Amino acid sequence: MGLSITLTINGVPRSLMLDDPRVTLLDLLRERLDLTGTKKGCDRGQCGACTVLADGRRINACLALAVSLDGADILTIEGAADGDTLHPVQVAFIAHDGLQCGFCTPGQIMSAIDLIREGQAGDDPERVREAMSGNLCRCGAYAGITAAVLDAQRRMRADDDAAQQEKQAA
Amino acid sequence: MTKFGLAQPVRRVEDPRLLKGSGRYTDDINLPGMLYGHVLRSPHAAARIVSMDTTAAAATPGVKAVYTVADLKAAGIGPLVCAIPLKNRDGSDRANPPRMALADGAVRHVGDPVAFVVAETPQAARDGAEAVAVDYDLLPANTDLAAASDADTPLVWPDIARNICFDWEIGDKAATDAAFAEAAHVTRLQVINNRIVVNSMEARACIADYSGESGRWTLYANTQGGWVLKQLLGQAVFKVDPNKFRLITPDVGGGFGMKLFLYPEHVLTCFASRALGAPVKWASDRGEAFLSDTQGRDNITLGELAVDKDGRFLALRSRNVANMGAYLSTFAPFIPTGAGTGVLASVYGFKAVYANVIGVFTNTVPVDAYRGAGRPEANYLVERLIDAAAVELGIDRAEIRRRNMVPPSAMPHKTPVGKLYDSGDFVTVLDAALAKMDWAGFPARRAEAAKRGKRRGIGLSYYLEATGGAPSERAEIRFADDGFVDVFVGTQSTGQGHETAYTQLVSVELGVDGEKIRIFQGDTDTIPTGGGTGGARSLYSEGQAILATTAVVLERGKKAASEALEAAPADIVFEDGVFTIVGTDRAIDIIGLAVAQRARAAKGEDVTTLDAAEVAEIKAHTFPNGCHIAEVEVDPDTGTVDVVRYAVTDDVGRAINPLVVRGQVHGGVAQGFGQAVLERTAYDSGSGQLLTGSLMDYCLPRAYDLPDIEVDFIEVPCASNPLGVKGAGEAGAVGSPPAVMNAIVDALRPVGVTHLDMPATPESVWQAISRAKAA
Repeated sequence: MGLSITLTINGVPRSLMLDDPRVTLLDLLRERLDLTGTKKGCDRGQCGACTVLADGRRINACLALAVSLDGADILTIEGAADGDTLHPVQVAFIAHDGLQCGFCTPGQIMSAIDLIREGQAGDDPERVREAMSGNLCRCGAYAGITAAVLDAQRRMRADDDAAQQEKQAA
Repeated sequence: MTKFGLAQPVRRVEDPRLLKGSGRYTDDINLPGMLYGHVLRSPHAAARIVSMDTTAAAATPGVKAVYTVADLKAAGIGPLVCAIPLKNRDGSDRANPPRMALADGAVRHVGDPVAFVVAETPQAARDGAEAVAVDYDLLPANTDLAAASDADTPLVWPDIARNICFDWEIGDKAATDAAFAEAAHVTRLQVINNRIVVNSMEARACIADYSGESGRWTLYANTQGGWVLKQLLGQAVFKVDPNKFRLITPDVGGGFGMKLFLYPEHVLTCFASRALGAPVKWASDRGEAFLSDTQGRDNITLGELAVDKDGRFLALRSRNVANMGAYLSTFAPFIPTGAGTGVLASVYGFKAVYANVIGVFTNTVPVDAYRGAGRPEANYLVERLIDAAAVELGIDRAEIRRRNMVPPSAMPHKTPVGKLYDSGDFVTVLDAALAKMDWAGFPARRAEAAKRGKRRGIGLSYYLEATGGAPSERAEIRFADDGFVDVFVGTQSTGQGHETAYTQLVSVELGVDGEKIRIFQGDTDTIPTGGGTGGARSLYSEGQAILATTAVVLERGKKAASEALEAAPADIVFEDGVFTIVGTDRAIDIIGLAVAQRARAAKGEDVTTLDAAEVAEIKAHTFPNGCHIAEVEVDPDTGTVDVVRYAVTDDVGRAINPLVVRGQVHGGVAQGFGQAVLERTAYDSGSGQLLTGSLMDYCLPRAYDLPDIEVDFIEVPCASNPLGVKGAGEAGAVGSPPAVMNAIVDALRPVGVTHLDMPATPESVWQAISRAKAA
């Protein structure tokens, strides 16, 4: 028996028929929707490579059953940039050499985007490191990742402030 | 115009693709009509296979075929061979047990492949594997390296006595023994180099696609260079012309040595694809990776250092027992022998060195190269021994090293183990590192920490690495019709940033905008030969091939420009990407010239084109070296180690791209730190089960674990290659374990701890403190 769900994926609403209730969000993205940017590093919630945003919050796509997310708004790495304009976090990863092999990178980026939104780490590198510890990187690019998150946060805050001021001026 | 100069921290050209989720890794590839393979693995460390029934598995819905070793043998498939010959001390050859892609009558480690199930979906393949009935007769397992050669230890291979694969030696034993006899002091230390599970974030995967028409396989696989695999698959396993195999390596998510080798799954997918007439994919899950990827290190080494009355090193002697696991992986015997012992003399002026290396089998996952491959193990021994000697002799740990370093004036320097160092200014590097970390001012920091109840220690290591790998490399440059310069290389990036460094080189040599250069790798059909990437060889090997090729391109370019501009070749000069008739303003740029000349040639005109391919012989390898200093604080109540400051001063020759090199050093230190403090691979001694078989049980470094790592370069150009570069990829993993452990032991020395084995987990540190207090 098929299960019908609706997901908005990277801004596009999609009606999906699942032939198996056990399909994870990760397998749905990778195997059925050909969105292979989200990576399967362990398939058991231990490495963070599959991190995506569900209704704006970072989750391990390998631990989430697709059916449990009916109606959710999903953002994957393919939707992080605005067309050809990279997300500030992506820009910062280049500037600070936050990646090597690139396999854990989609998860790191998505995790960082939500960490900045959460706003709980502040400007403290220790807290950024702690809050990013769910995303493993065997290449050991952590120093660059931490610097990138802090830098992106600064830039995004500056952009927000500028937008705010513009609004007030208007 | 953006030039990609040398010695510039050019941002990596591969980054935007990888950041957008557009990287294409092996498991991202799906071919039409593709089937999925699943490997049924042994749940036992040692057992005889009494019988196997695949009937129910074959009848499972969706299952296309179930293969056992009988099917491989019936098709004439040969064993996976080990590519390293080795002579024992007595002149005989090393043991050479056969390794079929599927277990042949017995299983020898947990995870040993037993059957291969191919089905329409991954789920059906797993269901099928569950339905295979195997009757095992359990045997006692041997998973303890220290006891592997004891008389009563169970044998992994019935006909290999004492589980000894080889008993090998290097160096002048008589001269070494004589030096020990005259030594004023001898320091002895046994060190354990703990086993590492490599855990690239991208697990292994492959897709074999056999074409009945051409009789050829296309094998998509995450490798560190497909050329070796193609040779082994053709010659040894399938017994066909190796050119019947096309190896395509897409983006690779980390390798660290582990993806160099031929694995059973390469054989199984190729076999099944031919048998079934469809592409067959196999993708490892994380649990399988723990049980089937080659693991690293795993040595127990007794070292002895002979010192004269003035604290000068006379000789070094070691006896190393190296774990091979249950089977010999592709290069396994080379790691502790040729690779490891080659750096035993390190940067010091030993008169004699002798090493005896004994390779043994155990019922564990095969061991092979892991970042540094033998050289971290050797450096760890030497640097721990020197610290122990310094303490015993009452000499400052930095001073005893300085006193024994080979001076720059002695370069080139030949070591007692036969390496020829081309360059090195070890004392300068050491002193820079000491100054940076205020070595002299440490006692005050220790005293301050003591007030807070912390044990503070400082440790240094001076490492020397000998890079290595294939002895030649190829480059090809083709000017594409769309105005790009296409460069084909025989190395294989698994995350090191090769595309960026090669782009910089070609940009400088040909005067072409970096954005007009494309780097191609990883296809054995379009690139006929290649040495792959391993042993930190890529930049200096491929760099030489690129320089040889750009030289030919420019030589041809001058001739072509003389044809296009109608001038004598001697009157053509090349500068900044443009050929000019000397003393005139008549000029043509290299890309325009190349495209125009090829168009003319295509019309049948007899003109010179610019495309070229060259193979460079790599006559000498390189000896990167440097000083790591770690400062740690240990909490004596919990055993927790906090690395409060960490600095590396490196001589990697000229740094073509300091950004990329710094990233490589950071990564190496992260892995070395992981080995020193976090990563323990534990097998249950009774059952032989891997106890640390998941990322919840095996402690990979996380962002929170790592200290800030400060990296400085002192560039002593390599004298044996025109770029002056030394391989930087492994160096961080070589220098870091001894620096961290020397610091921890220094912190604990006041409470009576003189040695501690890796990993220095809170439990092991706490126990060491407790033992020392009780003693």
